[in-house]
Amino acid sequence: MALIDLSKKEVHCKVVFYGPGRCGKTTNLLYIHKAMDEKDRGKMLTIDTKGDRTLFFDLLPLNLGKISGFDIRIQLYTVPGQVMYEATRRLVLKGVDGLVYVADPLKVRQERNIEGLEDLRRNLEKHNLDMLKMPVVLQYNKRDLCDTPVPTLTVAELEHDLNQELKTSYYEAVATTGIGVFETLTEITKKTVRYVAEKHLLTRV
Amino acid sequence: MADFVITAQSQEKAGNLIVNALIKAGVKTALLIDSAGNVLANCGHEQQQIDIDAISLAALAAASLAATSQIAKLIGEDDFSLLFHKGKSGNIHFGRVGDELILITIFGDDVSLGLIRCRVAELADSLHNIFEG
Repeated sequence: MALIDLSKKEVHCKVVFYGPGRCGKTTNLLYIHKAMDEKDRGKMLTIDTKGDRTLFFDLLPLNLGKISGFDIRIQLYTVPGQVMYEATRRLVLKGVDGLVYVADPLKVRQERNIEGLEDLRRNLEKHNLDMLKMPVVLQYNKRDLCDTPVPTLTVAELEHDLNQELKTSYYEAVATTGIGVFETLTEITKKTVRYVAEKHLLTRV
Repeated sequence: MADFVITAQSQEKAGNLIVNALIKAGVKTALLIDSAGNVLANCGHEQQQIDIDAISLAALAAASLAATSQIAKLIGEDDFSLLFHKGKSGNIHFGRVGDELILITIFGDDVSLGLIRCRVAELADSLHNIFEG
């Protein structure tokens, strides 16, 4: 749910990074936090957990400059990926305006990727949102593993599994080193801002 | 859940109501947020020079109330309408305003919880009318 503040001329949008456990959602946010200038980003909020799994969510607020006189502020959230935290994922999705689905390239995670996307569709429906009508970008993360002996999925396989219905843009990424991270961010923010702006007929972006 | 559009008029109206009912009663900071974690109004801390990370506070408060709401359902309640945490010298009170908004109040030991609860309950209807009415 976007917030449009006409008095301060600001548009606030919520973008959620979704995906199976350990696919690199938090790593995306950490890289963005590290790489962006301090004046363009807020504090990264991580709820401390034991181990490296996200228990509730991470939050990184960004200022992305002006469009048609409006300051664009994006809040990036992650969700816990583990199957058992479905209720938590549903809470974080409340008011979402745009989504990045991060997929794991490991062959052993093929089912988890598909289940995760189904879980996303189901949880959006509970908020009366249709995944196919929302801004969604796919990110095929950990592409550096393709050069190792670990069995991985090809882009064609990932496209077949995840993008047949969505028919959306996808980016190959290595979130640990930043490859593809800003490309994904740019695409999802463009789509999200356009979606919110067109909904409110503020402007054609 | 519809998007919120805030006009200068609605923000001023809400700000005045919050300042008169809470800030003048000794509350340090009052934040009106929506259940997605967006800040709709932020009153008080500028005058008292308290540095509060409103964005993080709003996100955590929205998440905390959403989690509390799930706890309510587990014990057969629809929802809990308020949440209160007591600190050594600072306290925080979360109250629901309609279905989609939350009023966060931060206050010291010099202000009684009873007063906050009364004022928040009084404010809830007026704020609800401004943003959701």
